Amino acid sequence: MTTETQVTVPRNLSLVTAKGRKRKKRDTLAAIIFIGPMTLGLSIFYLWPLVRTFFLSFTKWGAFGGTEFTGLENYERLINDSDVWQALLVSFGYTGIVLLGIPVAIVMAVLLNQKNLKWLTGYRVLFFLPVVTMPVAAALVWRLLYNGRYGAINYILSWFGIDGPSWLTQPGLALVAIGIVGVWLLLGQQIIILLAGLQGVPRTLLESSAIDGANAVQRFRYVTLPLLTPSIFFVVVITVIGCLQMFDLVFVMLEPGNPALASTKTIVYYFYQVGFVYNDRGYAAAIAFLLMVIIFILTALQFRLQKRWVHYE
Amino acid sequence: MSRKPERTDGVERKFTKPKYLVHLTLLVAVIVMISPYLWQLATSLKTFEESVQVPPTTIPDDFYFENYSTIFEVIPFASMMGTTIAMTVGRIIGQLVVITLAAYGFARFEFPGKNLIFLVFLSVMMVPDELLIIPQYEIIQSLGWLDTLPALIVPRIFWVFGLFLLRQFFLTLPLEIEEAARIDGAGRFRTFWSVVLPLAKPGMITLAIFSCLFSWKELLWPLIVMSSPDKMPVSVGLATLRGSFFVDYPVLMAGSTLAMLPLILVFIFLQRHFIEGIATTGGKA
Repeated sequence: MTTETQVTVPRNLSLVTAKGRKRKKRDTLAAIIFIGPMTLGLSIFYLWPLVRTFFLSFTKWGAFGGTEFTGLENYERLINDSDVWQALLVSFGYTGIVLLGIPVAIVMAVLLNQKNLKWLTGYRVLFFLPVVTMPVAAALVWRLLYNGRYGAINYILSWFGIDGPSWLTQPGLALVAIGIVGVWLLLGQQIIILLAGLQGVPRTLLESSAIDGANAVQRFRYVTLPLLTPSIFFVVVITVIGCLQMFDLVFVMLEPGNPALASTKTIVYYFYQVGFVYNDRGYAAAIAFLLMVIIFILTALQFRLQKRWVHYE
Repeated sequence: MSRKPERTDGVERKFTKPKYLVHLTLLVAVIVMISPYLWQLATSLKTFEESVQVPPTTIPDDFYFENYSTIFEVIPFASMMGTTIAMTVGRIIGQLVVITLAAYGFARFEFPGKNLIFLVFLSVMMVPDELLIIPQYEIIQSLGWLDTLPALIVPRIFWVFGLFLLRQFFLTLPLEIEEAARIDGAGRFRTFWSVVLPLAKPGMITLAIFSCLFSWKELLWPLIVMSSPDKMPVSVGLATLRGSFFVDYPVLMAGSTLAMLPLILVFIFLQRHFIEGIATTGGKA
């Protein structure tokens, strides 16, 4: 066995130049077979649509089908469409509320990160449960919880003598209510990512600062938190990207005819409505582009601002 | 480590003392997290009359299991569940074939334009789905696939996130094993099939889990391409029940429970994989 390898290795090396080219050719052939299907599918279903949406955003659905080139008309309409800006505001508001859940996730992750914590697996599973729950089903459950008359939330409030509102039919309140569901849905995912980050905080550092007299709060503030900022940054970025595209919760929790719907629809809900209820594909394409630009700008901004608060070792 | 014996006592106590407070906080938080499920379960066992009672009851007067059969009469729940499962399984199989091959190709082969192609693919990952939906719909329409299972499966097979995930995984595999196989005379395909694939199992499991999560939860795309109730996945079927005309909450809760259960069970069995997957990649779910 050993002698065999000793013979083969040098032979291979000596033939590198002559055989190398041949090998590269064979590599290319293999690459076509390995990568071909994916490339084809991606081109058809993802790359081409990207180009096509861009084209569509400059067109109008013609009266007899087909598209009609209208130049910048859709974008002009976009700027003057108060519904678009309202919907964007709602999406930002929703994102803001869900971001408020991140401190809660940090606290929970820190508590779960205790050395030899009992029932860790149990806690983790229960926190994580909403992450593996179908959002549509969860949204239906929360609709019931929020019900003004026989919902559980107002029932609990009534214990404290509070006459709870009709949560999902009042514009501002409906957004808060949906935002709370968003926090609930994403908390587990955030905790898991932060917990992984916490595992990278060296325990020796915490122990030595404890010896130096730092109490638990100080240890968290001056040791754990700075070292956790890369994970927090990551959580913030994916939360913002995900939340700006929220659609399902509004779709399920605010049925057509709900008085709060008009002022609580998110940008993706509006996109769906324009594109697939009113069938105004060109305009919907322009809305989609606006959304993409906003996501890009916000993400780029966060990467730029991270220097101010994210500590990398 | 060697100094530990002298120090542990004081420090350890400092570290472990307030554990009951930790548990108290966590318990309260966990109860808040799971109480919606408990309310859902309780409501699914109430009669309609009991469900609209003010003030509401917490534990049903007597367990009314009929809601769980009513949901199958109100909507074609069984075939919807069938669609969700078929779509999830179909996507995973397709992805495991197409993506695994491509990811390996990008990780190991040298060919002209490789980096450029990969970069273009990655840029697709940055684009929000909404930007692609309209042309995707047009393509499905022109293929005559509207309201059929392939509409739900085929476009999602070519999943860039999955490609990225698996390529990263392949890059972490030691090159030596493959080189040894090559030297022993195995070709590219033989090496891939009998040496790489068995090692790729953990990566493929992660891919399958993410795909499963994504597919089970998806709403917008199936909502757009599917129109017959008996062909819709459960997410769309339940979502369309939201209308104010149908507020039989016990039946709705029974449906929601049944819709959630399969994925939750899968999660409980594969818990470690789920959590590791999310922790390392952030998950696109």
